Amino acid sequence: MRLSAKARENIAGWLFVAPVIVILGLFMLLPILMAMWVSLTDWNGQGSPFKAGVPFVGVDNYAKLFTDEGLTRQDFMTSVRNNIYYVGIVVPVQTVLALGLALVVNARMLKGKGFFRAAFFFPSVTSSVAISVVFLFIFASSGAVNNLLAFFGIQGPQWFADARGLLHLALGGLGLVDVDNPPAWLLDGGPFGLSWWDWLAGPSVAMSTIMLLVIWTTSGTFMLMFLAALQDIPVTLEEASMLDGAGRWKRLRYVTLPMLKPTLFLVLTMGIISTWQVFDQVYVMSQGAPGKTTLTPAYLSYTQAFDNFEYGTGTAISFVLFAIIVLFTIVQRWLLRERNA
Amino acid sequence: MATVRGNHGARTVASTFVGYFILIFFALVFIYPFVIQLSASFKTEPNAALNPLNPVPDPFVTDAYHKVFLSTDMPLWLGNSLVVTVAITLGRVLLDSMAGYALARLRFRGRKALFSAVIAILAVPGVVLFIPKFLVLKQFGMYDTYTALILPIIADAGGVFIMKQFFESIPRSVEEAARIDGAGTWRTFWSVVLPMGRPALITLTIISFQSSWNELPHSLVAVQSPDLYTLPRGLAVLVSGSLGSGNQYPLKLGAAVLATIPVAIIFVVFQRYFVRGANEGADK
Repeated sequence: MRLSAKARENIAGWLFVAPVIVILGLFMLLPILMAMWVSLTDWNGQGSPFKAGVPFVGVDNYAKLFTDEGLTRQDFMTSVRNNIYYVGIVVPVQTVLALGLALVVNARMLKGKGFFRAAFFFPSVTSSVAISVVFLFIFASSGAVNNLLAFFGIQGPQWFADARGLLHLALGGLGLVDVDNPPAWLLDGGPFGLSWWDWLAGPSVAMSTIMLLVIWTTSGTFMLMFLAALQDIPVTLEEASMLDGAGRWKRLRYVTLPMLKPTLFLVLTMGIISTWQVFDQVYVMSQGAPGKTTLTPAYLSYTQAFDNFEYGTGTAISFVLFAIIVLFTIVQRWLLRERNA
Repeated sequence: MATVRGNHGARTVASTFVGYFILIFFALVFIYPFVIQLSASFKTEPNAALNPLNPVPDPFVTDAYHKVFLSTDMPLWLGNSLVVTVAITLGRVLLDSMAGYALARLRFRGRKALFSAVIAILAVPGVVLFIPKFLVLKQFGMYDTYTALILPIIADAGGVFIMKQFFESIPRSVEEAARIDGAGTWRTFWSVVLPMGRPALITLTIISFQSSWNELPHSLVAVQSPDLYTLPRGLAVLVSGSLGSGNQYPLKLGAAVLATIPVAIIFVVFQRYFVRGANEGADK
């Protein structure tokens, strides 16, 4: 029996995609479904989570994160707080830095573009573990950064041992509050079992080294994206605005930036998605210490499962993290649609 | 008129100067840490601690590298990383381009739905899969094997996407000629389409190599036996817990240099493909 050409193309198509479907199905889709089940149980890692006898606990694991008072909620909320400050600082700084570098590299009168582009991009392609080792050395208490600060007469902190929050330090420095003895109304109440004082800590000194590292490694990739977008702007458009007598800042504000808007949104979304997932650097550099100020949901979910054998809460945390990321993506899509309409 | 032009010239000189100042300043910020890393790995331990900023090791010693190779499992980690990275890279290049070609060119039922599924999978954040992947590997009895290190990431949605975009950009006429000559789908793909896909294949090879060489979290959830540690895992174990306490830095930095070298070489040789890869990622 001979198959028609159409039937043969159907079969060929499925055969061509089959390996990828099998791999992605078995190791992306199926795991997510299994993990949804595990997040509703109290499985401790022994045997299969699907055997009878694994206690089904419903949404208890999620309740532990949001409503039940206890260490789990406190750790989770601390990790969320840390990550909010982390996202809130890393994303704007790396975006502005990437855009600024792209504008300078793209400037017509400067030479050596290829070299500078490569220099800024190189950190992004290297191993996050190796870079973390380098930063541990550079920010060591008698390391390169503190040596440099000493040159300017500043005594650098013990970066990785310093749990003080930057916002606390700033408030204390301005004389608004006494850091050692914060006002009672800030200490007493606060959402999700963390006092307002704790929520308002800001990123710790230790966390700021991880933020610097990430800004330093990812700006290069985003710079390339801005550069590609800048090169797509028609030269005639810029020349026309120059003839109209627009100065440099006006040209940037009214010609260049509007043309870069789609890239800007993309860079912000990619930045938000990846900063909510910070893991490698925490794993290598700080393991959540000091004072849990570098704990992030991704790292907490890992330790809950693999160090404390609480797979239920671990997977619950990862699904909450998933929800946070999806939420941000949807908000971004929605904003983008408004603008394109 | 003359003064206006003079002013203009002075402003151009000034802004060129400011431009170079910014570029050189940031080039130092981005590159000097690597200089420090490399030079410290050739320093003695007291010297590395005392003069961390000095780019010249004095005295110049290779003790750190001797120690890395003789008293750590570095040879094992390098070997494991090489095997895993090569296997994943070859797998991804083949499987992703097959799927990308089918999604771009072959008319089969369910193609659109499949492509949407690929896009959906692209959006799943990696950290969400840590524990789920571990669960599935345990369930299949693959946990703590080479298979666990390789198989789950031997195909990736991002690569399928890149290859599909590429195959859509090449003209159909060549394939059609091959078809008319009687070549089957596989023959057409293997000996006509793939050779034309060289630039995209190189891009995919490079980003697959780079991402699997640097991969840490997958190793954490796939294996636990030290015999199966890849280089990033071994390096992480070597340093974790030390929290910046100044001991053994030349050794650790030397190990980090070894982890950086392969990607650095590829970066220097194939820089434009890296750039292309970064921008293809942006098109998603």
